[in-house]
Amino acid sequence: MNGIWGQLDQIFVTLQHWVAGLFPVWLQPVVATLIAVVGIVAAFPGIFALTTVLERKGLGRIQNRIGPNRVGPLGLFQPIADGIKSLTKEDIVPVSADGLVHFLAPVLLVLAVFLGYATLPVGRNMVLLNMDAGLFFFFAIGASTELSIFMAGWSSRNKYSLLGAMRAVAQMISYEVPLLLSSVVVVMITGSLSTVKIVEAQGGFTGIFPHWYVFTPWGFVGFVLFVTAALAETNRSPFDLPEGESELVAGYFTEYSGFKFALFFLGEYLGMLSIAGFAITLFLGGWGAPFSFLAFLPSWGWFFLKLLAGIGFFIWLRGTMPRLRQDQLMNFAWKFVLPMALLNLVVAGAWRFMGDGWLRWVVSTAVLGGAYVLLGSVLMRRQGIGPRSYRYAE
Amino acid sequence: MIFGLTVAFVLVAMVTVAGAMGAAVMRNVVHCALSLTVTFAGLAILFLQLDAQFAGFAQVLVYVGAVAILVVFAILLTRGVGTSLIYVFSKQWTLGLGIAAAVFALLGWAVLKSFPVSGPVAASEVTVKDIGAALMNQYVLPLEITAVLLTVAMIGAVIVAMPEKKVKEGEQ
Repeated sequence: MNGIWGQLDQIFVTLQHWVAGLFPVWLQPVVATLIAVVGIVAAFPGIFALTTVLERKGLGRIQNRIGPNRVGPLGLFQPIADGIKSLTKEDIVPVSADGLVHFLAPVLLVLAVFLGYATLPVGRNMVLLNMDAGLFFFFAIGASTELSIFMAGWSSRNKYSLLGAMRAVAQMISYEVPLLLSSVVVVMITGSLSTVKIVEAQGGFTGIFPHWYVFTPWGFVGFVLFVTAALAETNRSPFDLPEGESELVAGYFTEYSGFKFALFFLGEYLGMLSIAGFAITLFLGGWGAPFSFLAFLPSWGWFFLKLLAGIGFFIWLRGTMPRLRQDQLMNFAWKFVLPMALLNLVVAGAWRFMGDGWLRWVVSTAVLGGAYVLLGSVLMRRQGIGPRSYRYAE
Repeated sequence: MIFGLTVAFVLVAMVTVAGAMGAAVMRNVVHCALSLTVTFAGLAILFLQLDAQFAGFAQVLVYVGAVAILVVFAILLTRGVGTSLIYVFSKQWTLGLGIAAAVFALLGWAVLKSFPVSGPVAASEVTVKDIGAALMNQYVLPLEITAVLLTVAMIGAVIVAMPEKKVKEGEQ
């Protein structure tokens, strides 16, 4: 791409090469990588700060109130106030708590979450590590976050913390399998585990419509399952039983105060952002434009727009849906999401081998839709849900 | 380069061995489990140093993500938290030392014997695609047997965890 829009598209890459060019040749790769790392560390916590404000204002509006509006115009400087507050609060560690493990848990969480951003393609030619097994790297690192949650809950020597940690780890393990299976569909069709190749495979257009995987039957089902599993992996509403305030005080971070609590908060939100980023990469075409006539706009602009839309969707979901109970959560994972993910794999394989044409669309949609209706009705029949009945205190 | 090994390898190896020693020596059982996790992570980094990307990431995903969690769950669900042993070292430590030395000698002999005679061979680039093709063509039988094993394990877990059928009150 040439011209002013092409230059704007590659502006960060050009900046990185220019700064690296100021150093001697043997130091240049290190400096280039360092600049990319600084970019990630600056950009994503910045989006995290924006997300906290958006969430509080958005939830406030959904709940018919205004949300924070004192600090700065429309309350936009609230994250700065939150940051200063968490830095200056007293760091209380219980006497019987396991000191080293208690300290290491938030550090390990933030470390693992930041590592996960390494293979996320933020724009054209803008990925920190173009690895052959990039997607696998992300899931492997994401699995390490469960350990830090367990460490946090166990080291606090608090029954609520331990209970919250066990619930959180059970939930995360249950939804790990559907998460991986729903992303395997994309890997199967693309033929590569590299995130850059997956985005490039969705880059074509038919007419004005893009080739995103979400616009295919198996891609749509995969996307829905991936987003569901992602919400459960990051302990986000409606799957936030482990950290619900009305349930377990604060779950596994009950005994954390001050900056360690802020680190947990940061780690959780950054995890949510990175998994939303990977959902965009796998199903929504990564940094690609939604219409062919809009493809001149910068690729990183499209990525961050989609990320913002994803965050807005998560916030909307948090404000709207009630919390799932632990057994409902597990039932849902093992009895519904996992069979649908496996069926999706079979349907995607059939799609690949049926060749181009309208037949594969009809067959895929029919099989997936039929399975959804059948599975849903079979599972709902055992719930025994009837008309609503009220009980009043006598 | 020390003894033909790079500095990075020596550092990672020291961390791995320290983790393994910690897993054997520490008083608190959960600390031992976490130290073992450090060993797993060190092994993953060693795999990555050998350019085996798939093996390294699979090591992190399976061992750190699942096996470590399994170990800590097993510890928590079967013994009380905070009971530490009085004796860390066993009374028959000479016998243990002898057996450990014998196993080390056997493993060392096996590793040293496997060095190629004709000097260093260039390692062929193995991509994830090659692993997938090998799994589907050459190793399809072990793959299917592993799948059957995993299914049996899951069914067994469900049966073990299933609540027993309640005996009716009229029967004796």
